[in-house]
Amino acid sequence: MNPFRRSPFVIAATILVYFFLYAPIVGLVLYSFNASRTNVKFEGIIPAFSERVVMDGSLVKSSPCGPFHWYCDLAKNDDVLEAAGNTLKIAITATILSTIIGTMAALALQRYDFKLKLFSQVSLYIPIVIPEIVMGIGALTLFSQLFQFLNSTLNLSGDARLSLGIVTVTVSHIAFMIPFVTLVVQARLQGFDKSFEEAAMDLGADEWTTFRRVTFPMILPGVLSGALLAFTLSLDDFVITFFTNGPGSTTLPIYVYGLLRRIITPQVNALSTIWILVVFIAVLSLQLIQNRTEKA
Amino acid sequence: MFQRLRENKSVQGTLLALPTMIWLSVLLILPLLLTLVISFGRRSPDGNVIFTFTLDNYIRLLGYHTNCAGGQARCFDPIYATILWRSLVLAFNTTVLVILLGYPLAYFIARAHPKKRNLYLFMVLIPLWTNFVIRVYAWMMLLRKEGGINIALGWFANLLGIPFQPLEMLYTPGAVLVGMVYEFLPFMILPIFTSLEKIDNSLYEAAADLGANAIRTFLRVTLPLSMPGVVAGTILVFIPVMGTFIVSDILGGRQVILVGNLIQRQYLDARDPTFGAAAALILMVMTLIVTYFYTRRFGFGEEIVAV
Repeated sequence: MNPFRRSPFVIAATILVYFFLYAPIVGLVLYSFNASRTNVKFEGIIPAFSERVVMDGSLVKSSPCGPFHWYCDLAKNDDVLEAAGNTLKIAITATILSTIIGTMAALALQRYDFKLKLFSQVSLYIPIVIPEIVMGIGALTLFSQLFQFLNSTLNLSGDARLSLGIVTVTVSHIAFMIPFVTLVVQARLQGFDKSFEEAAMDLGADEWTTFRRVTFPMILPGVLSGALLAFTLSLDDFVITFFTNGPGSTTLPIYVYGLLRRIITPQVNALSTIWILVVFIAVLSLQLIQNRTEKA
Repeated sequence: MFQRLRENKSVQGTLLALPTMIWLSVLLILPLLLTLVISFGRRSPDGNVIFTFTLDNYIRLLGYHTNCAGGQARCFDPIYATILWRSLVLAFNTTVLVILLGYPLAYFIARAHPKKRNLYLFMVLIPLWTNFVIRVYAWMMLLRKEGGINIALGWFANLLGIPFQPLEMLYTPGAVLVGMVYEFLPFMILPIFTSLEKIDNSLYEAAADLGANAIRTFLRVTLPLSMPGVVAGTILVFIPVMGTFIVSDILGGRQVILVGNLIQRQYLDARDPTFGAAAALILMVMTLIVTYFYTRRFGFGEEIVAV
């Protein structure tokens, strides 16, 4: 029996589902080249390059960037650039911290017995079994009550008043990212051969050297895929950010959401297309890391 | 002291896990407790929380209101129960549809040649990691009156020579269901794939040797062994669908209100966090009960981290 034999039903369903998954994305990318400013109908791709933008009503006839007119427009949009900057700042800080903290916890859970082990293991599942909105409003409640209390007891006023912003978003991101990092690294540690470490110790290496020269290089692929997962989670997050952000800490998902409730120009499609490309590169590198680990 | 730390494995373990325990306690567990506390509180006229103990918010959720049209002290209108029920039904329908669509694809990938498997998986990951908000927007563009689906339908109608009126699809319950299915489909495909991939080929051969046909093999071998994946996928789909508010916000307009929308509005527009907290707790309890009974019945394994 050929193990790769498949029924026509499975193949038909597969084609249908892939079509369902990709049709919206293709449409999104196509409309980013739309000549129509209102973006209601597709009026063709912006045809020509020229020295300046030529408009005919709401139609873009030609632009210095040609078909990529909306991408150039995007680069001039300060709000988008600020939101992109915030998104990256938050994602990078939160990834570094959650990776370090989460990896430490994974080592502890996999290698040691200690009091509260069950507590830490169970608490890792909170972000999975509790709807994100509940965590979002919880964080919002915590910060608003805490800030209200501190602002009044410390008599803070004006700019010194504590309020929601980049810090509250980052801190909340780290909280829901740690469990994912820990679970991923823990899964990697399960197949870890302890005899390498024992050999290093037998040959006279102390704990720190053993960790630096043996343990860390061996768990590094797991840590990296945990970090990449955390990074994508942070970039992608909408709900937690929605409740914990304040003035000046708008991220890209929040910015796009705001646009969807107002006027939509093909700029949003251009932004989405760039985003899809970034995701494509991130997922590809994640897969390459995983493939290398499997071979090693 | 350093020497003692070196030898005490229990203290080392605690120290390594300590940052995680503190972070999760302060930012996940404490907020949940605080939400519980304020759900028994009352709203002050300026939208702040008055800490007290009253069951008013829960009584209001059950449908008994104090601000009645006819001037009575209490009147009954199960508006919030309707919202909860609607969210539950939508989450159930989404989960069923996602299993029906996701299972064949997961099966296809698991049985594909190992060399091509990664490519097929990669093709599932791209839509998964494309931003949630962007994916809702993509469906908004498809479902509009001038959108992709109406264009395609119009083209077909033209081909067949039948007159065509563009369909009104956006801002309907159907649009919200399609959006939810699209958003959460990859969360079902990946866990099912993970459990299907673990099934040993010899089991299929044994089933064939013993004379089982394709359907019987599927029902007696494939399906039971892939249940942990289906359960994990259900948890990953059902819980978020119950709490999501963007999909109904963008694709449902003001027509389809779910628990998520109710909670969000209490926090941001209506400025009554205590009532929002009560609704959030009911939502949490509902999802935990469903998850508990569901996992107790079937159990789930490492598939939960497949995504």
